[in-house]
Amino acid sequence: MIFDLDIIRELISALFLFMGSFLCISGGVGILRFPDFYTRMHAVGVTDTLAAAMILIGLMLQNPDGLVVIKLSLILLMTLFINPTASHALAKAAFHNGLMPLIEKNKKNNSLPDKKQESEKG
Amino acid sequence: MRHTLTLFVTLTVFWLLNSGHNTVLMTLLGLVSIIFVLYVAHKMDVVDHESQPVHLSLKFPGYFLWLLKELVLANISVVKSIWLGNSTISPCLMTIKSSQKTDLGIVIYANSITITPGTVSVDLIGDRITVHSLFKENIEFLKAGEMDRRVTELES
Amino acid sequence: MLIAATLAVLVVMLLAIIRTVIGPTLYDRILAVNMFGTKTILLLSLLGFVMGRPEFLDIAIVYALINFISVIAVLRYSDSFEFGSKTGEKTAENRIPQSGERLELGNKEAE
Repeated sequence: MIFDLDIIRELISALFLFMGSFLCISGGVGILRFPDFYTRMHAVGVTDTLAAAMILIGLMLQNPDGLVVIKLSLILLMTLFINPTASHALAKAAFHNGLMPLIEKNKKNNSLPDKKQESEKG
Repeated sequence: MRHTLTLFVTLTVFWLLNSGHNTVLMTLLGLVSIIFVLYVAHKMDVVDHESQPVHLSLKFPGYFLWLLKELVLANISVVKSIWLGNSTISPCLMTIKSSQKTDLGIVIYANSITITPGTVSVDLIGDRITVHSLFKENIEFLKAGEMDRRVTELES
Repeated sequence: MLIAATLAVLVVMLLAIIRTVIGPTLYDRILAVNMFGTKTILLLSLLGFVMGRPEFLDIAIVYALINFISVIAVLRYSDSFEFGSKTGEKTAENRIPQSGERLELGNKEAE
């Protein structure tokens, strides 16, 4: 019975690792394919959140006892808390130094310019 | 005082989990470094309800689970558009209003926006957050205000 | 599966390096370097399991902190000195004509 559980655990772990690798590679392709800086940032967001979480959970299932799990969840928590801060700092620095994002074509005619002025006013 | 105690407990747990040694010398060294960190933190004047948000700890797990669900959904849509190509994205930049009262609430809201793939909070002035989003649907989701409402509930 | 995941992370690191080299603006490069750092954390954790040495996790934790500090430091530096424009980078200033035309620019490049 215990042997069976171990096999199931290994399988679930492999599944998580596979999903994590797939999401990682998707993010890596996204950072090359997307057209400008701000959209690339979303691709990096994929690898920073769900891909990292999947791989770390897969590793947790590989060795589910002792301090290893706690350390892995610590890494996971740190990744989840630190990366949005770094992304926001990066986006803010880029925006304040005047890097403008690409905007979709039909969007700019109606609502965007007003919004832009509002944000500059505030 | 309450926040100093929380910080002390957090640091002690962190040390014990990370060191893995249980000898007297190691524990004493840990105690010394924890007290040093407490001293430095007091000198920097960062020990308060913002760095130690204990008043949120009861409601936080529920919010975190909801955020995790949104995270997975947003990841799926972004990955889909990565593989389908650039024609499927519709990037836009918008300013949305947040209804939180405290700075901590606004920071939690902005970070929740940033951590969700597909939306990045670019700028934050007062209670207005400028958001860059990969899809129009994401902006509409934020404008519908469910995340805003949940964060406001969290901080109250 | 562990080795496959390690290889996948290595491939992603390679893609990040490509973006670092070709990235048109300074911020693309910083973004790619940040991503490279996150992937290094994952790689360290994975390598610890592949080689059977979980002590690597401690290094991964320390690396996570250092990576964050380094990104914030570089951004601070770029905020206060704007070193991008001096080194002949294709920075934001080259891409933005006038304030009225800001939004037009994106559409030209989108096509």
